Amino acid sequence: MHDPFSIPPQALLSQLLIGLINGSFYALLSLGLSVIFGLLNVVNFAHGAFYTAGAFVAYLLLEHTGIGYWPALVMAPLVVGALGVLIERTMLRRLQGLDPLYGLLFTFGLALVIQGLLRIEYGSSGLPYQIPEALEGGRDLHFMFLPNYRAWVILFSVSICLGTWYVIERTKLGSYLRAGAENPALVQAFGVNVPLMTTLTYGFGVGLAAIAGVLAAPIYRVSPMMGADQLIVVFAVVVIGGMGSIMGSIVSGFALGVIEAITKVIYPNASDTVVFVLMAIILLVKPAGLFGKVQ
Amino acid sequence: MRTMHTGQSNEVSARAHRSRAGGFLFALAVSAVLAGPLGCSNKSAPGTEASGAASTKGKSVKIGVLTDLSGLYADLGGEGSVLAAKMAVEDFGGKVNGVPVEVISGDHQNKADVGSNLARQWMDVDGVQVIVDVPSSAVALAVNEIVRDKNKVFLASGPGSTDITGKACTANTIHWTYDTWALANGTGKAIVQEGGDSWFFLTADYAFGQALERDVSNVVKASGGKVLGSAKHPLNAPDFSSLLLQAQSSKAKIVGLANAGGDTINAIKQAGEFGIVRSGQKLAGLLVFISDIHALGLKTAQGLELTSAFYWDHNPDTRTWSKRFGEKRKGAMPTMVQAGVYSSVLHYLKAATVVPDPTDGKAVVAKMKEMPTDDPLFGKGTIRADGRKIHPMYLYEVKAPADSKGPWDYYTLRREIPAAEAFRPLAESECPLVKK
Repeated sequence: MHDPFSIPPQALLSQLLIGLINGSFYALLSLGLSVIFGLLNVVNFAHGAFYTAGAFVAYLLLEHTGIGYWPALVMAPLVVGALGVLIERTMLRRLQGLDPLYGLLFTFGLALVIQGLLRIEYGSSGLPYQIPEALEGGRDLHFMFLPNYRAWVILFSVSICLGTWYVIERTKLGSYLRAGAENPALVQAFGVNVPLMTTLTYGFGVGLAAIAGVLAAPIYRVSPMMGADQLIVVFAVVVIGGMGSIMGSIVSGFALGVIEAITKVIYPNASDTVVFVLMAIILLVKPAGLFGKVQ
Repeated sequence: MRTMHTGQSNEVSARAHRSRAGGFLFALAVSAVLAGPLGCSNKSAPGTEASGAASTKGKSVKIGVLTDLSGLYADLGGEGSVLAAKMAVEDFGGKVNGVPVEVISGDHQNKADVGSNLARQWMDVDGVQVIVDVPSSAVALAVNEIVRDKNKVFLASGPGSTDITGKACTANTIHWTYDTWALANGTGKAIVQEGGDSWFFLTADYAFGQALERDVSNVVKASGGKVLGSAKHPLNAPDFSSLLLQAQSSKAKIVGLANAGGDTINAIKQAGEFGIVRSGQKLAGLLVFISDIHALGLKTAQGLELTSAFYWDHNPDTRTWSKRFGEKRKGAMPTMVQAGVYSSVLHYLKAATVVPDPTDGKAVVAKMKEMPTDDPLFGKGTIRADGRKIHPMYLYEVKAPADSKGPWDYYTLRREIPAAEAFRPLAESECPLVKK
């Protein structure tokens, strides 16, 4: 264990920046999870698999059609989102109104199927995906060398997260979504097409996971296991932030990325577990999560 | 009204429980995932004879390929290793003295407890006489002990730790393809001789990574160089950014990657992003397989130096065999670990034909050590008293994209390390079997 005061500020600052980058992925993924849980009451265990699918769609677009990163950033979430819509329409809908455990088990099984199929087809070493030319290289900030692509990851995630939060919490469409989650029967009685909203919400949440996948493809390997690696930590983030709370998952995502990074510098052995230790503490002290509401 | 009320209260009570449900669900979810459903367990070939007794004399000779079928080492071993074993059985004729030979496989998931349980079950219940591959030093060291206790045979093609022919050596195990000493002596020495005299290691924090770091550090120090430090990471780490930053701030000339498979691939990719090479440091991939180069692409991997016991394009024999292999693997060329499985199984079958009791592990291994080895993949070689198979090692450099004439044409041969020099001298081994 290193004495926190003997670490050069350079090392600490650079690790903080890395933490923000990791936090961006946590935030994006936990945002999608929160949206789906908050508005559909489904614990979407397939989230990691959709994240992986997003990365694979980007890879396949490049491999087979030459479509590059920037169009893939839009097309992959649409394709994966459409897949999500199909799944919701045909399978998830039947579990509506049941114990959330059924949704969890179903999406868990779905994740295993998607991951298994990808692994059989593409192996587990991962596939190469190059950083787009416009974002190659980096900037020498005196305390570290920051790759341009990683800076882009932070900016892009923050914009998507804030954009989503704004739509859900501050616009009319968002208020319909939230009302539909609270009391679908009544909202439907007012003439709002609640089933359509539910379907599109699931598609949107899944699309968020896919965007995170495209974002991750150039820096982590495009591999069938990439979602499983991230998913456990993301669940911890969502629980800490408060399940169903949009701002909670965004803030916790970034915060936990930074906390994990600081732990890596001070006491590297604990960096894997610090998120779960925090989750245990939060569950004991404030079970609804930091931003969650007990109803 | 009544139905609506019920519907409403269901919703309300669901929401009321939601905050607690969330936490509870998560706990349930975590335990479900940790129960390890992501790995497949024992996969037997169809029509397995379940022979209850440990002695299967006259029934069938069973070969168990224990490998990583689903994780970060699945491409360097995995299904390719199973195929290599089957090819060896096929080329041998499918029978040992009239008794049919059977190949079964299982996934150890790189976990010592999973691998041990599977090995035990295979040897106790399923009548497996020889375990091959095991591309994980942690699992290999555990299986090594179990095989010795049950007097079966362990042909370790996959793992790296030199301890397998060192303090952990047994009369039932042969370490076939490579080891961390050979890698250090190949890649490590070559890089130090080129001027890389200060090193910082990125190490996979388990038996293999630690052994590799130790052996390369010894080579570096013996050549007059310095080891400036090391940063350890857990197996299967997706993110190396903080470790790479530490490597950068150490200002070491060489950043040594004491890891393998998916971890090496990730580290190299991310090192490229953080400008490690651009800012003047060099990367040393201490254990790199052709499957890794395929995953990285030549643009990223060019210039990397690596030591290997086998390359598919080395000579006409290796080319012929590899094409046969590739046909069943969608064109993927074999790694040295997979080639080692073929070679070790072939030699095992030859020895099992001439010993009186092929279920006596020690006797078969003694015979294997007595007979010189000869196969199209590694050529002629020998097996030493400590269980170390001896053959030449080769230092390769990864080609630039412009120099590659086709898929899998990735390596240029820099130097052949003769068999006599390639492995740790017998005199330096701590193996109790070696008479000093």
